[in-house]
Amino acid sequence: MSTVFERRLLTGDRGAGILQKLWQVPWLFVLLLCAVAGVGYVALYSAGSGDPDLYATKHALRFGFCLVLMLCIGFVDIRLIAKLAPLGYLGGVGLLILVALHGEVGKGAQRWVDLGLLQLQPSELMKIMLVLALAAWFHRASWDRVGNPFFLVIPAIMVLVPVGLIFKQPNLGTALITAALGGAMFWAAGVRWWKFAAIIGAAVAAAPIIYENLRDYQRARITTFLDPESDPLGAGYNIIQSKIALGSGGLWGKGFLQGTQGHLNFLPEKQTDFIFTMIAEEFGLVGAMGTLALLMGIVAFCFIVAMRCRHQFGRLLAIGLGMNYFLYVFVNVAMVTGSIPVGGVPLPLISHGGSAMLTTMIGFGLLISAWIHRDAEFGPAQD
Amino acid sequence: MRLPRFFRRTKGGIENFSMRGVKREEEERRGVFTRRALLLGGVQLGAFAFLGYRLHKLQVEQGERYATLAEENRLSARLLSPPRGRVLDRNERVVAGNRLNWRALLVAEHTADVGATLETFSRIVPLADHERARVERDVRRRRRFVPVIVREFLTWEEMARIEVNAPDLPGILIDVGTTRIYPEAEHLAHIVGYVAPPAERDMDGDPLLQLPGIRVGRAGIERHHDQVLRGRAGAVQLEVNAVGRVIRELDRREGIPGQDIGISVDTELQKALRGRIEEGTSIVVMNARNGEVLAMASQPSFDPNVFNSGVSSAQWRQWTANRATPLINKATNGLYAPGSTFKMVVALAGLEARVITTAERISCPGHYDLGDSRFHCWNRSGHGGVDMRAALKVSCDVYFYELARRLGINRIAAMSRRFGLGVDLDIELPGTRRGLVPTREWREAQGRGWALGDTVVHGIGQGFYQLTPLSLCTMTARLATGRAIQPHLTRSIGGRPVRGSRPEDWPSMGIPDRDMRLVRDAMWAVVNEQGGTALASRLPGGYGMMSGKTGTTQVRRVTREQRERGFNVSQMPREWRPHALFVGYAPHDNPLYAVSVIVEHGTSGSGAAAPLARDALVETFNRFRQAPTPRVADAVRGT
Repeated sequence: MSTVFERRLLTGDRGAGILQKLWQVPWLFVLLLCAVAGVGYVALYSAGSGDPDLYATKHALRFGFCLVLMLCIGFVDIRLIAKLAPLGYLGGVGLLILVALHGEVGKGAQRWVDLGLLQLQPSELMKIMLVLALAAWFHRASWDRVGNPFFLVIPAIMVLVPVGLIFKQPNLGTALITAALGGAMFWAAGVRWWKFAAIIGAAVAAAPIIYENLRDYQRARITTFLDPESDPLGAGYNIIQSKIALGSGGLWGKGFLQGTQGHLNFLPEKQTDFIFTMIAEEFGLVGAMGTLALLMGIVAFCFIVAMRCRHQFGRLLAIGLGMNYFLYVFVNVAMVTGSIPVGGVPLPLISHGGSAMLTTMIGFGLLISAWIHRDAEFGPAQD
Repeated sequence: MRLPRFFRRTKGGIENFSMRGVKREEEERRGVFTRRALLLGGVQLGAFAFLGYRLHKLQVEQGERYATLAEENRLSARLLSPPRGRVLDRNERVVAGNRLNWRALLVAEHTADVGATLETFSRIVPLADHERARVERDVRRRRRFVPVIVREFLTWEEMARIEVNAPDLPGILIDVGTTRIYPEAEHLAHIVGYVAPPAERDMDGDPLLQLPGIRVGRAGIERHHDQVLRGRAGAVQLEVNAVGRVIRELDRREGIPGQDIGISVDTELQKALRGRIEEGTSIVVMNARNGEVLAMASQPSFDPNVFNSGVSSAQWRQWTANRATPLINKATNGLYAPGSTFKMVVALAGLEARVITTAERISCPGHYDLGDSRFHCWNRSGHGGVDMRAALKVSCDVYFYELARRLGINRIAAMSRRFGLGVDLDIELPGTRRGLVPTREWREAQGRGWALGDTVVHGIGQGFYQLTPLSLCTMTARLATGRAIQPHLTRSIGGRPVRGSRPEDWPSMGIPDRDMRLVRDAMWAVVNEQGGTALASRLPGGYGMMSGKTGTTQVRRVTREQRERGFNVSQMPREWRPHALFVGYAPHDNPLYAVSVIVEHGTSGSGAAAPLARDALVETFNRFRQAPTPRVADAVRGT
C-alpha cells in the first residue's frame, strides 16, 4: 500500500510547476487584501494628520514585504506545511517562554520579543501555530475517533499551554481569544457538542474565581465596561471618546482629515487599536460598513477555501485562520463601539503595527497554500 | 491486554484497511465539518450583524448626541474680561480706577531649561527664593504651554530690563492685566466702597464671575452699580485639542466695557472735612436743592485697596475689634436720637394739625408737669412765655412738651416721615439704615402700651428715635427748600446725566409757605440773633447767613440727685457725655447747601457740632465759589 502513496507524495500533485501554481493563486483574494491595506493606508495617512511619513508609508512598505512573504508561503506544499506544523507549534511555545523570561515590558506586561528590525508579539504568532498544530492533529482523526475523550487530551494541552503562558504575561484579552480559537478548532473538528456545553458551564461557574485572580487594570477594564461614565477621565476615557468619535461621524462622516476627535487627540491610540474609530468618524456609517464588508470578505474567502479543500487539514486550517481573523475584527470593532471591554486588540492590515500584520499575512500565506493545494492527496487518516 | 482504541494505530487495525472504508469515513467527516462550519459561519455573520447594529445605533440613532459631545470636546469658549468702569467724582477725578498690572509670565515649553531662565530672570529682576519655588511648582503642576505668573506689578524700569534681555530669557513674556485702585484710599472708602473676589453667593449667572482675577463690588457705589461697572463679558471661541492647547481661534466677540459712574461727591471737600473731624464724628453736606451728597465724612475709615488683594485675618480682626468701627459709615449707619434738631418737625406738625398758632405763647417755668411726672427744660430757670419762633430759637423744651401732648405721637411720626426720617432713602449705599420713628402702633406691636409721658419726651426728639446723620441732612434740605429731595450720589452713568440734578425734578412737600417761612426764620434766629443757641457759629462775612438748629442728646439718664447737685458734664467719663448735633443750611435767603453734624459725646450741640457745620459750609462755599451762582428764580420759590 505504501508504495502507491509514496509515489503520489513524491510525484503526484506536487509536480505542478511554479507557473501553474502562480495561475492557481486566488488573485481576487490578494486584491481584497490590497484593498483592506489601502483602507489602512488612508486611515493612517489621516491619523498622521496628513503626514505619510508618520505611519502610512511604513504601513505600505510593511504590507508590500508581507505580501511577498505571503505568496512565498502560498507556494509551499500543504503537506510539507502539515509535517512542519508540530515544529512550528513548539517554536511558538518556545518564543512565548522566551518572552516570559526576557521580553520587553510594555504596559505592565511582557509581550514583546525584540528581533532587532521588528518587534514580535509571540502571542500573535502562537495563534497561527496553534491553528496549524490542531489542524494537523485533527487531520488524522475520524469522526469516531474525535468522539473519544482520550484523543482530546493532547490537543487540549496544546491549547492550554499557550493560553496559560499568554494569560501570565498578563494579557487576558489575547488569552481568551486564543482559547476561543482553540474552541472553534475543536468544534470544526467534530468534538461532540455536549463537551462544549460542559466546558462553558464550568467556565461560568469558575468566572468569580478567575475574577479574583485578575490584575487590577484587567478588573478596571471590566468594571469600566459595565459603567464607562463612572470614571470618565480614567479608564473609561478611551471608550467614551471612541463612542463620541464614532457617533459624531454620523451617516456620511466628517470627511477625510476632518475628524475632530482624532486630529485633536481626544481619541487615544488612534493609529493602532482605535483606527476603526478614525475611519468611522471621517467616513461615517457608510465608510465603517464598507470597511466591515471588506473584512467580512476576507473571512468569507476562508470559508470558501474550507469548503473546497478535499483534505481535512486544509479545511481545519482555513476555518481556523478565518476564525482568527474574524476574532481580530470582531473584538476590535466591538471594543471601539463600547460593546466589550477594551483589550488592546489591533485591526490587522489596517492598524499601524508590524507584529499583527506579519502574523496575519503568514496565516493568509498558509491559506493560499491550502487553496492552491486543495486537491492534494494526503492519503488516508493516519499518523 | 487490549489497548484502548485510541492507542491502536487506526480504527479497526491496519489489517482491515480498505480504500472504501477510508472514503466512507472521509465523507462522514466532511459532512460533519460542513455542517459545523456553516454553523460557525452563521455565528460569525450574526456577530457582524451585531457590529452593524451597534454602528447604526451610535452613528445614526445617537449621532446627534455624540456630534454635540464632539463639539463640546473641540470647542472651548474663553471669556474676555471687560475693563471695569471707573468711579469719578464731580470734578471728573478718578476715585476708583484700574491700574495696569504688568506681569512677567513663563511658558515652560518655550524654554529648554526652566531653571536657567529663572536664574537669568532673577539676575535682572530679583526673585525671592519662595517666589522661585512657587513658579517651579506651578510649572510642574500645569501643562507646559500654560503661562505661569513669575512676577506681578512690574515697574517700567523692570519691564525695560526684561525686554532688553529678552533673547536671554526664552519662555518669558510680558502681559498686562488690571487691578482696582482707589487713589483717595480711606477718604472715600465709605462712599465708593470696595471690590473683592466673588463669593459663592455672588454668582448670579453672569459668566464673567467665573473668570480668575475678576472682582465684584462689595460695598458702596461699587456694589450698588456693580452691574453697570462690570460690563458684559466678551468671548472667544477656540478650537482646542485633548490636552487643552489652543489650535486656532474660530470666533471673537468683544465684550462691553463697564461704564463709568459719576458721583456727586467733591473729593477735596471730603478730604477737608475729614481733616477737621475726630473719631466718632460724622458730617453730611448736601446740595439742598437737588439732594446731591457733596461730602459724607465719617471717622475713622479704612483703606479699600486692601480688599483687592485679600484682607489678612490680622487686619480684619483689627478692624472688627476697633470700638470706633472703621468699616461702618456712621453717616448712613450710625443711629442717634435727633434731640432738639427734631423740633422743627414737631412745630410744622402742630401748625398743620392746627393745635397751635404761631402766635400762641406757652409759659415755661423750667419744667413741665404731667400727672405725677415732671419733665425738665434744659434751662432750669425757664424761658417765661415763648411763642413758636422764640421756642425754636432758644430751644425751649416745655413748649414742645406741650405741643407734643396736643399732637399725639402718630401725627409727629407722620410729619417725620414726610421729612425723610425713619423711611428708606434709597441712597446708592447698600446697607444704609432706615432708622426708627416710633408710633403708637409700633410700640403696641412690641406688647407695650404708649403712655402720654412717652409722647411728651418724643416732642423734643428724645426717646425711641434712631436716626442717621444722612436722614437729618435730608430733613434739613427739605426744610430749606420745601421740596421732597432724595439724597443721592449718582450724577451720571456712562457719561449720561441721571435725572434728579434739577430742583424741578423733585416734588413740593405741600407744606404751606407761611409755616415753612416761620420755621426757617426761627432757624435763622438760632444762628444769627442775640439769644440764639448757635450765635457763636455765624458764618464769617462774605459767606451769607446760615440757618440751623442745635441739638444735645443724653446718652445716660441724668438722675435727680445729679441734677440737684448741679452736675458738670466735663467731669463725666467721655462715653457718658451727651452727643452733640447740629443741622443747618446756607445761604438763608437762597439755600444751596444743607449740612448735618453729629459729634458723639461732643457734650453740646452749640459748642461742638455748630462750629463744625459752620466750617463745613465755609469750605463748601470756598470749593464752589467758582461755580455759577444759581439764579434766585431757580432756588425754591417762597424762601
